[in-house]
Amino acid sequence: MRASRALGLSPRAAAALGLFLAVMLLLPFLVNAYIVSVLVVVLFAAYFGQSWNIMTGFAGQLSLGHALYVGLGAYTSAALFVHFGLTPWLGMIAGMAVAALAGSAIAALSFRFRVGGVYFALLTIAFAEFTRILFDHFGWVGATEGLFLPVANLAHDDPVRLRGSPVMFYYLLLVLSLAALVLSHSLLDRRVGYYWQAIREDEEAARALGIDVFRYKIAAMALSAAMTALGGTLLAFYDNNLYPDTVFAMGRSIEIIIAPIIGGLGTLFGPIVGAFLLTGLGETMTNLSTYFEISGLKQWFYGAALLAIVALQPSGLWPWLSRALGLWERRR
Amino acid sequence: MSAALLEVRGISKRFRGLQAVDNVSFAVPPGGIVALIGPNGAGKTTTFNLIAGAMVPDGGSIVLDGADITGGRPDQACRAGIGRTFQLVKPFGALSVLQNVMVGAFKATADRVAARRAAWEILERLGLAEKAENPAKTLTLPERKRLETARALATRPKILLLDEVMAGLRPTEIDQMVRAFADLSRETGLAILLTEHVMRAVMALSHHIVVLHHGQKICEGAPEQVARDPQVLECYLGHAQAAERPGA
Repeated sequence: MRASRALGLSPRAAAALGLFLAVMLLLPFLVNAYIVSVLVVVLFAAYFGQSWNIMTGFAGQLSLGHALYVGLGAYTSAALFVHFGLTPWLGMIAGMAVAALAGSAIAALSFRFRVGGVYFALLTIAFAEFTRILFDHFGWVGATEGLFLPVANLAHDDPVRLRGSPVMFYYLLLVLSLAALVLSHSLLDRRVGYYWQAIREDEEAARALGIDVFRYKIAAMALSAAMTALGGTLLAFYDNNLYPDTVFAMGRSIEIIIAPIIGGLGTLFGPIVGAFLLTGLGETMTNLSTYFEISGLKQWFYGAALLAIVALQPSGLWPWLSRALGLWERRR
Repeated sequence: MSAALLEVRGISKRFRGLQAVDNVSFAVPPGGIVALIGPNGAGKTTTFNLIAGAMVPDGGSIVLDGADITGGRPDQACRAGIGRTFQLVKPFGALSVLQNVMVGAFKATADRVAARRAAWEILERLGLAEKAENPAKTLTLPERKRLETARALATRPKILLLDEVMAGLRPTEIDQMVRAFADLSRETGLAILLTEHVMRAVMALSHHIVVLHHGQKICEGAPEQVARDPQVLECYLGHAQAAERPGA
């Protein structure tokens, strides 16, 4: 009960969340390996969406280049592991630091020179793209040849070295996504969350109320980048291989933002709802597309879903869904 | 006026060819209510923007409570003790009315409960309490103007800059607002600098009036004194009419 109050939920919403969590905890025991692997993809999408949502949904700064932070987290921890045998948990922290630094630098550069809105978004794409090209020529991490993590056939999952089955990653991601949910909620409930939303709604008014807009924007960017990099580490150790052209892909940046937009930008549960709907159905589309030999069904589906949401429910599915289910959403 | 709370000393601002504010000086004493009036384009809003840090003056200085705040950023001006409203209202549309005011209250405290309590008090004082949970974007224009004021008040300013907050209000609402501001100033010692086209409010509220015309200060004094000043009548009513006015 205390946990539900800490999240600001009505009893009904707390029950719904509890039920959802229980199902998620039991799911790996009930479904086959293929479904687990799809769920891992869903949880990655949810977590990356939650991380992106802090910067764009809460603080209103549109980033279209979040693949950059996925890549920095993935490459930093993987390279430290491959070359020095450093445990991925320390590598993860290093990756988060690198990403936070990169994010702050990009934000500081942009906002110092009053680059905002669409131009800022373009700049985030540019940084992601030229980092991709940089890594294409970065021999120490394999360049275009790719960076590979040794696959160990262990009898047991080894969470310390992040070597293990998809089920282990499933649970790690579940915990991570839940932690991101609690963190997001707690941020929104504090001064920093109010300030971010004020900046999102009207920068000039925010400034007149004593908010150091520059500092708060950088903080949002740094936190969002660090959280994304954390997910990047898990992605590296899940996939076991890294190529600049897939890790830093523009397509990944786009996929990161679609789930929160469909689910409800700036809401707590939007990214999660969006990830389940989109990635779940997207995966089905991929299968159908192989089965019927029609290529690109998933991309068509993403496009259609985005169009439908923008036209019919621009604030996203979650605000509508929570009202329909009689759950209580605090914001929007 | 020697121990002024806000002292504006010879500030100027030029936009390309236009001298928007030209060597303007005036002062607001602690707890004083000063009105800045003048026809459209006289430089009232620019003067506000200069004081609140939204623009940097070309010359002159602005001193608040003994500290020189000239050329500081808007957020620094706010932290120094200047609370301002915008003539073109800027509500945080997606946030509730209460949350809007809490953003202001967070200047004085990081504690959410304390900020919430402070915001409630201000909403009650300004008659917005029953709208507290509504999204700000659903408010009418007069309500949005009151929200601007509430938000600025929540930062606990030493001086409140009100930029035409009475525009569009009905006469009874104007009287309510005048009473609210007069009470506020008397009870808390808050100083107020206002620009206003609603003369009913200016005359009822202000202790002192500064008149701007083409960016220059043409006159200042007590309300009754300013209302009789021939130069003021001229710039408001035009040359001929001022001359024709009996007893002017």
